[in-house]
Amino acid sequence: MKPLLQVKDVAKMYGARIGCTGVSFDLYPGEVMGIVGESGSGKSTLLNSLAGHLVPDRGEVIFDTRADGPVDTVTMSEPARRMLGRTDWAFVHQHARDGLRMSVSAGGNIGERLMAVGNRHYGAIRDHAADWLGRVEISESRIDDRPSAFSGGMQQRLQIARNLVTGPRLVFMDEPTGGLDVSVQALLLDLLRGLVREMGLSAIIVTHDLAVVRLLAGRLMVMKDGHVVETGLTDQVLDDPQHAYTQLLVSSVLQV
Amino acid sequence: MNDYNFAYLDEQTKRMIRRAILKGLAVPGYQVPFASREMPMPYGWGTGGVQVSAATLTPEDTLKVIDQGADDTTNAVSIRKFFEKTAGVATTEETEKASVIQTRHRIPEAELTEDQILVYQVPIPEPLRFLEPRETETRKMHSLQEYGLMHVKLYEDISQHGAIATAYAYPVKVEGRYVMDPSPIPKFDNPKMEMAAIQLFGAGREQRIYAVPPYTQVVSLDFEDYPFEASKADHPCDLCGAEDSYLDEVILDDAGTRMFVCSDTDYCRTRRDAGHAGRLGAEAA
Amino acid sequence: MYVAVKGGERAIENAHAWLAEERRGDTSVAELSLDQIREQLSLAVNRVMAEGSLYDPELAALAIKQSRGDLIEAIFLIRAYRTTLPRFGYSQPVETGEMACDRRISATFKDAPGGQVLGPTFDYTHRLLDFKLAAEGEVPEAPVSEPRLEATPHISEFLQGEDIIEREPSSDGVPGDLTREPMSFPAGRAVRLQSLTRGDEGFILGMAYSTQRGYARNHAFVGELRIGTVPVEMDIPELGFAIEIGEVELTECETVNQFKGSKTVPPQFTRGYGLVFGQSERKSIAMALVDRALRWEELGEDNVGAAAQDEEFVLSHADNIQATGFLEHIKLPHYVDFQSELELVRKLRREAAEMAETLAAREAAE
Repeated sequence: MKPLLQVKDVAKMYGARIGCTGVSFDLYPGEVMGIVGESGSGKSTLLNSLAGHLVPDRGEVIFDTRADGPVDTVTMSEPARRMLGRTDWAFVHQHARDGLRMSVSAGGNIGERLMAVGNRHYGAIRDHAADWLGRVEISESRIDDRPSAFSGGMQQRLQIARNLVTGPRLVFMDEPTGGLDVSVQALLLDLLRGLVREMGLSAIIVTHDLAVVRLLAGRLMVMKDGHVVETGLTDQVLDDPQHAYTQLLVSSVLQV
Repeated sequence: MNDYNFAYLDEQTKRMIRRAILKGLAVPGYQVPFASREMPMPYGWGTGGVQVSAATLTPEDTLKVIDQGADDTTNAVSIRKFFEKTAGVATTEETEKASVIQTRHRIPEAELTEDQILVYQVPIPEPLRFLEPRETETRKMHSLQEYGLMHVKLYEDISQHGAIATAYAYPVKVEGRYVMDPSPIPKFDNPKMEMAAIQLFGAGREQRIYAVPPYTQVVSLDFEDYPFEASKADHPCDLCGAEDSYLDEVILDDAGTRMFVCSDTDYCRTRRDAGHAGRLGAEAA
Repeated sequence: MYVAVKGGERAIENAHAWLAEERRGDTSVAELSLDQIREQLSLAVNRVMAEGSLYDPELAALAIKQSRGDLIEAIFLIRAYRTTLPRFGYSQPVETGEMACDRRISATFKDAPGGQVLGPTFDYTHRLLDFKLAAEGEVPEAPVSEPRLEATPHISEFLQGEDIIEREPSSDGVPGDLTREPMSFPAGRAVRLQSLTRGDEGFILGMAYSTQRGYARNHAFVGELRIGTVPVEMDIPELGFAIEIGEVELTECETVNQFKGSKTVPPQFTRGYGLVFGQSERKSIAMALVDRALRWEELGEDNVGAAAQDEEFVLSHADNIQATGFLEHIKLPHYVDFQSELELVRKLRREAAEMAETLAAREAAE
């Protein structure tokens, strides 16, 4: 099997300070990779460098495109990268307001990606939006409401629907459960797990919450000070951490 | 006014504007930045159109100026007088006699020909402006043809109102490439934009010129199941009886009695001169 | 019975005649002379020159007279005149270090070479209406002292000697000209400063004030404010050297701002800059504050989302001629657009009513 994404020696600096450096890994279709570390460890910098929001200073991020096979997305043209960003890639932000148009109805939010790729049938777009509201457990009757009228958990689910509606092949998630109450987090995780399995999604999830990776990610990468300190199967890393920092991370969770 | 150059602007400035016009014609619907000059009328009152007209006019031209379709509205009068004074060109109210027509908010009803230039006054040239306030971002959206947001707006209209609730300045796509603001003409006029004449658009305050060359494809944005509709008041003109022209609604008395009359005054007069009459045609004459 | 706006031409002529009459006012009162305006309303003249961006006190006085004292209207007259003038070339940069100062103060040093010179300022006047002025305006002669002959050095030079303030890199690059090139973003500092110096005094003041109240606070001190005249020189190609073609009065303000330093630069002071035609003190200080706020990116500061940090926002809305024109254009007829909206609203209401009827009928049937 061909990897969907190949990350080769990616580095991003902020002046003299290291954002992240020396990161390499392959992600295969259907695989979910978790990236954990405390704040400042470089995990968000890495995610943004992979997703094209930041330009890495070094390295390649090769994506297996439908049309042309593996292409380095760092050096590809901006139009091509933006096209990727609204078709085969999706990005779920920690704060739903960063990923939603707050002044546009739920239906319009979900429909935007469809319209961006040329869908011009109002009825079909609306049916699609209604279907996706159902899939993220939002009542269809809310289709014309604006996200500002939604709870935090609903906003996050709407953001997920908006991202997944075009059937992306790779989803980047930045602390998807970050700002939510614990009870709401559990529901959202459950929903995400269902969608990932059902759609066979590949995903890269950045989080500081080990419960999230335990539930969603098959593989795990632990970062500290911009470096990857440990990688492996999630259960293996969490149950038998090798690196001192990972041990600390795991034990600190257990203490809670 | 003899101290001023022909058509007010100096020749250097006119050349600069002509370059922008030519670029606009070469890339239909693309907004060309130009170094708009202060004019002796305020921004927002047609300075873009006036600069484009000034750069377009030659001493042999015949100019017609309309506002809301009419030759005798105050701003049209003021602009016509400006060119009479500064350019000394012939002026006319008859659409077919004009070689250059400057307009605000309307396209004349009479079909225009290859020998004519229609100059629009444009307040906000950017069709994406009210969806995305940043110029840096809208320019990128145009260059990458990222027009999904435009349809989101139309989608929102339908979901809230059951119909596309844009009645004027209805966005169009030009020659399959650029989404363009046709200026605040009623959407009734949109289908006329595929025409034989050259159409030039000037936005003075916003420093943009754009153009539609003759016989260029101009498509009003819509959905397959909610197609674009060019609508107008469902009446014939009360003066000339025309059923195919855009109408103004006029309140006649304190009781609120109304009449509907052609917004294009020249079209209406021409029809009445030819013997057509509407409901109130005889009285009004 | 067709009452729509016929007779626009006559109406305009009559309006103009009436306007001229109102401008003149009561003819038993003596008419204002341009000399009077230029000499006695000189700060208004200065503002019109600054925002009209044309240095000509006579024309500014005429514009004020013609506009009945509406300064934005006067600025507009000057701009519309200015744009028709042929451009012969660009002057040499003026050397404000050589300014013959009427006023020169620093809020950062108690004293400095050149001294603190208050000059003709309102600063320490009590703002009490002077009823004597209503009767007669004779004033006793102000005391004079010997003018300083040598140049007055900039306060910032002293800080620069200590290397404690950022150095402005000198450049022979040709700055943009916003009266000849359309504005594009990012505009760069030179064009930004041009836009600010022509910008509306009230707008720039409001923006500057907002930074002081915490919307992108930049801790400004008035390092120096100086008002005076400087010679203007121009290269004459036929001669092969620069000659003095006149002098202009300028107000220059340099603020000294706190700066914590960044990854690459140690802590030091930074600057904001204001330069305005005439005695335009409030405007030049405000300009310096806004200039400093707009420099957040080059200095590696955070964008806190304040309006004064947003170059596109500030520059797009600073010009009062653009703003007033567009604002007032909504007085123009819009009945074609309004008509189309009217029909749309009627149609939507009709459809909503029909829908309600259908639903009611269906409910009744059930």
